[in-house]
Amino acid sequence: MGIYLPIAEISVNVFVLLAMGAAVGFLSGMFGVGGGFLITPLLIFYNIPPAIAVATGANQVIASSFSGALSHMKRGTLDFKLGGVLLAGGIVGSTGGIFVFALLRRMGQLDLFISLLYVVLLGTVGGLMLVESVNALRATRSGAAPVLKKSGQHNWIHRLPLKMRFRASKLFVSVIPVLGLGAGIGFLSSIMGVGGGFIMVPALIYLLKVPTNVVIGTSLFQIIFTSAYTTLVHATTNQTVDVMLAFLLMAGGVAGAQYGAKAGQKLRGEQLRALLAMLVLAVAIRLAIDLFVTPPNLYSLSAAGLN
Amino acid sequence: MAGLKAFAAAAFLSLVAALPAVAQTPPAESIQIGLSTDAVSITAGFSGADLTIFGSLENADPLVARQGRYDVIVVLEGPPRPVVVRRKDRVLGVWINLESETFENVPVSYSVASTRPLQDVTDPNSYKQLSLGASNLYMKPADVTDSPATIEEFTAALRDRKTATGLYSENVGGVQFLSQNLFRATVRLAPNVPVGTHKARAFLFKSGMFIKESSAQLEIRKSGFEQSIFRVAHDYSFLYGVFAVSLAMLTGWLGRLIFRKD
Repeated sequence: MGIYLPIAEISVNVFVLLAMGAAVGFLSGMFGVGGGFLITPLLIFYNIPPAIAVATGANQVIASSFSGALSHMKRGTLDFKLGGVLLAGGIVGSTGGIFVFALLRRMGQLDLFISLLYVVLLGTVGGLMLVESVNALRATRSGAAPVLKKSGQHNWIHRLPLKMRFRASKLFVSVIPVLGLGAGIGFLSSIMGVGGGFIMVPALIYLLKVPTNVVIGTSLFQIIFTSAYTTLVHATTNQTVDVMLAFLLMAGGVAGAQYGAKAGQKLRGEQLRALLAMLVLAVAIRLAIDLFVTPPNLYSLSAAGLN
Repeated sequence: MAGLKAFAAAAFLSLVAALPAVAQTPPAESIQIGLSTDAVSITAGFSGADLTIFGSLENADPLVARQGRYDVIVVLEGPPRPVVVRRKDRVLGVWINLESETFENVPVSYSVASTRPLQDVTDPNSYKQLSLGASNLYMKPADVTDSPATIEEFTAALRDRKTATGLYSENVGGVQFLSQNLFRATVRLAPNVPVGTHKARAFLFKSGMFIKESSAQLEIRKSGFEQSIFRVAHDYSFLYGVFAVSLAMLTGWLGRLIFRKD
């Protein structure tokens, strides 16, 4: 069944989009990530213009992070104060990102920049995760107990000034790295259409030493607002949010997420992480190939004086 | 027949021509086109269509008409818009948009229908003078100081891309004479035909000579639910953004209610 997307201005198959949403929802439920980093590249592979894929991806992320944050709020695993400070940074970063986005679009370099960012970020995160999980798998196979890094050890981040107490996270830390992390994620959110959970979660755990149980809820909380802000600004400045497209992805996504969460409980942590790492790397490689392969058309047209 | 008689009479007069005859030449031919509607609404599922334009020749010479020496070219030209053409080049193995050229007032679409292949109707010079045919359209570069070779390269690329996407098309044999005076032209509307005021123009040629031009306007509008969304997204973009965010939150909340497992 075909449907015409009003903003992307192309006809697409409804079932392909629902399946895409469900598949990414399944994976995000399984791995506990928002899925924005998979949705946007998939939309680009499906010939949705990158500018629209990014803005719509941000819109889609709101739905999955909102439903996730609700359950964490109920369980009390959400640090509102930490989330609030992250959010303050996020708004600044997101505003900067939107400005860069519009500038790159005017220069005709937006598509390239989005692809490059994806290749670098997904390649790095996927590569690190794969190495880590393969090591863990090997360690368990050889029977050795997994070596945990000593927690409570302080690094340079804990010596920065302007300290603030976050009670729910049992944390006393400078606001500078928290604001900086929020700003970085906000910037990526507006340029890549991702929530940024796949960077936020490891950064909160390893850099700020936030207890793991509050990390995901807090990260989801800040992602709701950063991506809501990103969606609003993209809608007003670039008119690139396609609600029809976003709704189809969300509808598939919320259903898929529940089954993914169930399936995730049956797999072991290391296996899950290795699978996710391979998936992330595959997307990065596919995007990288497109950068190097001679395009079928060297010339492209776009409306002058856009934005 | 009246025309033939007049012609014969004129020939006779000029043969006998002792008197300074007041020229008995037949009145000049002209061309008229008519559109059945001045606005066309296309819906979201529009996958291209043929637009039929009827027209007539006035004061056509039956002899010339019988010999098929009248040619008609009909053009449907979309609204002019500025366009940037970009060229990708390889930098460290990666394809990057490097060079670009901006053109002012490029017709978004340009569909041609003609009685015969364009090169058989008249000579290239006449086409240039009339600025008729996709390859003869003058595309004005925004920066005239660029080298002519570059401008030519990007102009060619622009035409090429427009043709590839179906926005510039040529329908040879798309104009048919139904009688000596009446013709029917079929021009193609591409699936991605732009909205706005389109101009239909008809050119009449007699034995390769340009005689007369006539034009009419056609408004192309999109209609339907998807078009309303598009309009709201552009006219009330902030409210649209608020709606998009609320819809996402509602979907997330409902999804949790319906599928909750904890």
